[in-house]
Amino acid sequence: MAIKVRTSRNLWASYSRVPLLGWFCGALIAVTLERFAGTPIALALGLPKIPVLFGLDIMLKKPILVPNAILYVFFVYGLPMGVTTRSSISLTNRLASRLIRFPIAITVAVHLALLYTTLHLWAGISDYRSLVLKLTLIAVMLTLSLNVINGYMGEFSCSHPGFMALGAYCASVFTVGLFVDDRFFGAVFLPPALGPFLFPIALILGGFLASFGALFVAIPSFRTRGDYLAIISLAFLFIVKSLIENLEFVRGPRGLSGQPDWADLPTVFLWTVLCVWSINNFVRSTIGKALNAVRDNEMAASAMTVDTRRTKIVAFLFAAFWAGVAGGLFAHVLRYVNPSTFGIQNLAEVLAMVYFGGLNSVYGSIVGAVSISLLGEALRPLEIFKWIIIPLLLILVMIFRPTGLIAFKDLDVTSLLRPKQNHGGEV
Amino acid sequence: MPILRVQNMSHDFGGLRAVQNYDLEIEMGQIRGLIGPNGAGKTTIFNLLTGIYTPTEGEILLDGKRINGLPAHQIASMGISRTFQNLLLWRHMTVLEHVKLATYSRIRYGLFGAFFGTTKRHKEEAEIERKAYTLLEMMGIRHLSDQVVLNLPYGAQRRVEMARALATEPRILLLDEPTAGMNQEELGQIMEIIRRVHDEFGLAILLIEHRLKVVMELCERIQTLNFGEVIAEGTPDKIQNDPKVIDAYLGKESVI
Repeated sequence: MAIKVRTSRNLWASYSRVPLLGWFCGALIAVTLERFAGTPIALALGLPKIPVLFGLDIMLKKPILVPNAILYVFFVYGLPMGVTTRSSISLTNRLASRLIRFPIAITVAVHLALLYTTLHLWAGISDYRSLVLKLTLIAVMLTLSLNVINGYMGEFSCSHPGFMALGAYCASVFTVGLFVDDRFFGAVFLPPALGPFLFPIALILGGFLASFGALFVAIPSFRTRGDYLAIISLAFLFIVKSLIENLEFVRGPRGLSGQPDWADLPTVFLWTVLCVWSINNFVRSTIGKALNAVRDNEMAASAMTVDTRRTKIVAFLFAAFWAGVAGGLFAHVLRYVNPSTFGIQNLAEVLAMVYFGGLNSVYGSIVGAVSISLLGEALRPLEIFKWIIIPLLLILVMIFRPTGLIAFKDLDVTSLLRPKQNHGGEV
Repeated sequence: MPILRVQNMSHDFGGLRAVQNYDLEIEMGQIRGLIGPNGAGKTTIFNLLTGIYTPTEGEILLDGKRINGLPAHQIASMGISRTFQNLLLWRHMTVLEHVKLATYSRIRYGLFGAFFGTTKRHKEEAEIERKAYTLLEMMGIRHLSDQVVLNLPYGAQRRVEMARALATEPRILLLDEPTAGMNQEELGQIMEIIRRVHDEFGLAILLIEHRLKVVMELCERIQTLNFGEVIAEGTPDKIQNDPKVIDAYLGKESVI
């Protein structure tokens, strides 16, 4: 028995030496396997087709297939990843230590390329997967930007869906108005071939409009601390919603459709990376740390030369900008927006992701956004019970880890990519 | 010429006059003491000097320039720094981050650098960090630089506050009961630190203190405050034997 315990501990200990590069390679091998041999494996295990979201959907629809789905996940993801990461520890560590000597931008680019290829292959199995993945990435952007306000700054903002709506509508009006032959906006204004190049401009405009809207929340509510922001931002959300409902030129409550199909996976991935990168840069700079100081003790912050009001307004507008960009992407992923999307339920989802994942942490936001949105999709067959299970999980997290799963943790890219084992004479 | 001159400063909280016609002149390199019983208005004076409150009457002149009414962060970046009686630290931040953040007003890389991590930012951050480590070294808490302040013992927290106050590069340092809650050994250490800070930076220091021993040893001149008014001012010897001071602290003889 003792020997068994020790071997299992050794097994886990050896996995802790796998560098991030190793995990990415393992995941890539697993999804490649699924791409080429997924269907035969699924059929051999008695499943009708490749399970889309790690078998959860099949398990919930047909409980009799639970063992088959688990076996599929084991054979396609678990076993290949487990074996390749474990067996290639020394190889991947050597590669990682060679890679880390390059400028950090190159190292990061290699990792991101691996990650993107993995996601691309995974999403290539079905359109549904691709859609879920894009929405998950957008959720990461939203969660992270809300975390800047609710976590790093320690205020409580409710207007994120409002910023998202502003971004979504602004970007949609830009693209539909210029590039699409539309009943309301008239004929095509610019050749559609230019479109994908001008799409970033549409998104950035959407982000700026959201920031501009945020100014109306920020100026009155950051004169003092307290619950004002929560109330004013909630009011702002409803103002934006009813404004859009009553604007005939964006077709009011019927919603705006016909956005061109420019938000493909690489675009969404790239914007998500940009968002995570810039927010992580910001919160790790001394200027960004001022947010934490303002949250923990505003009086001490101002006595230590921090312009507290400016700090808060800047962070708020910055967060709103990314919410706006995420909104623009959202509109072009679904290629349809209507104002009722951006309501209380959307707010509740984003807030749940922030508090589930962890305050004041980039890791936490990513974990929270990915797990809640995948869970939301996977539990869809349960219909109404989904909204019992997810809140229950949230309550459990709040009881056992009141600040969220991974809270108050800096994302240091260099140490993340570092090899986990030393080679040669290096110390 | 005095670096800080306060003329006829008064402050009201509603109907209560907390500080009455307070005057102060302090020159570079001086250490001045401010003593008085609880509720005498000592901390209120600090809050007025650092811009947390705006005086109802009177003037505060820094280098001959009027600073009352300016926001606290501006006054701080002009060279008045302080510590707090009840340790206002940022509980989720590390020791190093505390000291780095106090250089906020001198950061030049701006928002662009903050968002996009320019080389200018990395250079500047490295420079700030180097300076911060020097200060931590001086306070004897360099080995704690990665710790979150919440987990530190009380004496170390006091040192963090002092390092943070110095990181703003002040010319005048206001210390609000720096030895509160310390034992005899820590007391000696903190007095040593105050002396070293004074000698190395040549600052003007204004000290609120309850332990007379500390004030008597460190300060050249002492003001005694009671009910918001200065009741005695002079050298430590003079103050120690002033009957008004003894009255304020111990009560009148007839009462006993």
